[in-house]
Amino acid sequence: MEVSLNFSGGAELLFGKIKQHTISLPAEETWSMKKLLNWIKDNLLKERPELFLQGDMVRPGILVLVNNADWELVGQLDYLLQNKDEIVFISTLHGG
Amino acid sequence: MVVQCSAGCGCNAVLKRPKTNDALCKTCFYWAFETEVHHTIMSTKMFQSGQVVAIGASGGKDSTVLAYILKHLNEKYNYGLKLVLLSIDEGITGYRDDSLESVKRNQEEYNLPLTVLSYKDLYGWTMDDIVKQVGRKNNCTFCGVFRRQALERGAILLNCDVIATGHNADDVAETILMNLLRGDIARLQRCTSHITSSEGSLPRAKPFKYAYEKEIVLYAYFKKLDYFATECVYAPDAYRGHARALVKDLEALRSTSIIDIIHAGEQLAIKDGVKLPKQGVCSACGFVSSNVICKACVLLEGLNRGRPKLAIGKSNKALAEILADRLANTASLSSVQDQF
Ligand code: SF4
Ligand SMILES: [Zn+2]
Ligand SMILES: [Zn+2]
Ligand SMILES: [Zn+2]
Repeated sequence: MEVSLNFSGGAELLFGKIKQHTISLPAEETWSMKKLLNWIKDNLLKERPELFLQGDMVRPGILVLVNNADWELVGQLDYLLQNKDEIVFISTLHGG
Repeated sequence: MVVQCSAGCGCNAVLKRPKTNDALCKTCFYWAFETEVHHTIMSTKMFQSGQVVAIGASGGKDSTVLAYILKHLNEKYNYGLKLVLLSIDEGITGYRDDSLESVKRNQEEYNLPLTVLSYKDLYGWTMDDIVKQVGRKNNCTFCGVFRRQALERGAILLNCDVIATGHNADDVAETILMNLLRGDIARLQRCTSHITSSEGSLPRAKPFKYAYEKEIVLYAYFKKLDYFATECVYAPDAYRGHARALVKDLEALRSTSIIDIIHAGEQLAIKDGVKLPKQGVCSACGFVSSNVICKACVLLEGLNRGRPKLAIGKSNKALAEILADRLANTASLSSVQDQF
């Protein structure tokens, strides 16, 4: 399963300043957003994980979009990823 | 699972509004967001036709969206305002130089005149130089005090009538909590107003006072507005950081918390007879100050003497006295002592 991840608004600073990532996940498993966040922490996050995650959740102040819609509309952590999904993380915590 | 726009327009929703929990589509969101800002401007009589408005532009998300929206509303509703962009260059290599590039792109795209004023020109010091003197602990004190005054000076230079800043609802809630925790009653009262004006200084307007950061950022995202987001290379204000984290945690628990804090802050009234610092003007530079010598002048004096720590420690009283003395303003010396 292929999923596109995009980090912006300053969130990319935690990922080696790389905004766009395309990842492949084993398709035989089901992938919830919760599981994806853990995967990101273990595989992509370069520094200061506490600035991206707070417990199992993304840190408050980081917005998440699933296929260009607010993840609060699709169940947040419980959302189940589909092939070719586009997930966007935008930090609101940097600069005013 | 697709959620429909709750306005009943038939489109798919793209966001859940934190203030109301409505699910809206892009078009309905733009409309709601713009109309609310327009309403804030109209209901508070924020601007008058014919005024020149300086938009404090940092290149970041809030001021970028503010410039875009003010231009849009000014045309749509015939406010009759002349809008100009005003940027302050603190002189922070790797931070402000990059964000100024984004302001310059906004200037071209929105076709608004831009003026950049630097700390170096105004005070003779860049933030990089100041950090070399004071280290990384108190830099934000210098930076914040200088920026506030720099915007004022720039706006006067440009013959502006009012300064509009991108302070949003999250910022206001955060400032309310900070002032509450510090017991700063004077600021607590001032920070909730949509427009602050004091004798001798330009009014400052906050058209985004009720606009959530989430919506500002999503507005910029969906409209593909170009802004700059990074951290200042110098450690940011830790106290503000804690207040910010608290606001964000509260929002995650219940998204209306932010607007509730603002409403609560607006309702706070100060008991009659409580002594508040009087706003006057600085006898050295003439800008508004609640002390005889303003904070910016005291800080600058400390820097120029090569004793910056004097200006932030307890001894700022002594420094202010020296300054007042030099101005031969002996009459106000006693009030200097009063106020520090
Ligand atoms: S973090 Fe401090 S030094 Fe950096 S821009 Fe903000 S106030 Fe200035
Ligand atoms: Zn619609
Ligand atoms: Zn709609
Ligand atoms: Zn002064």
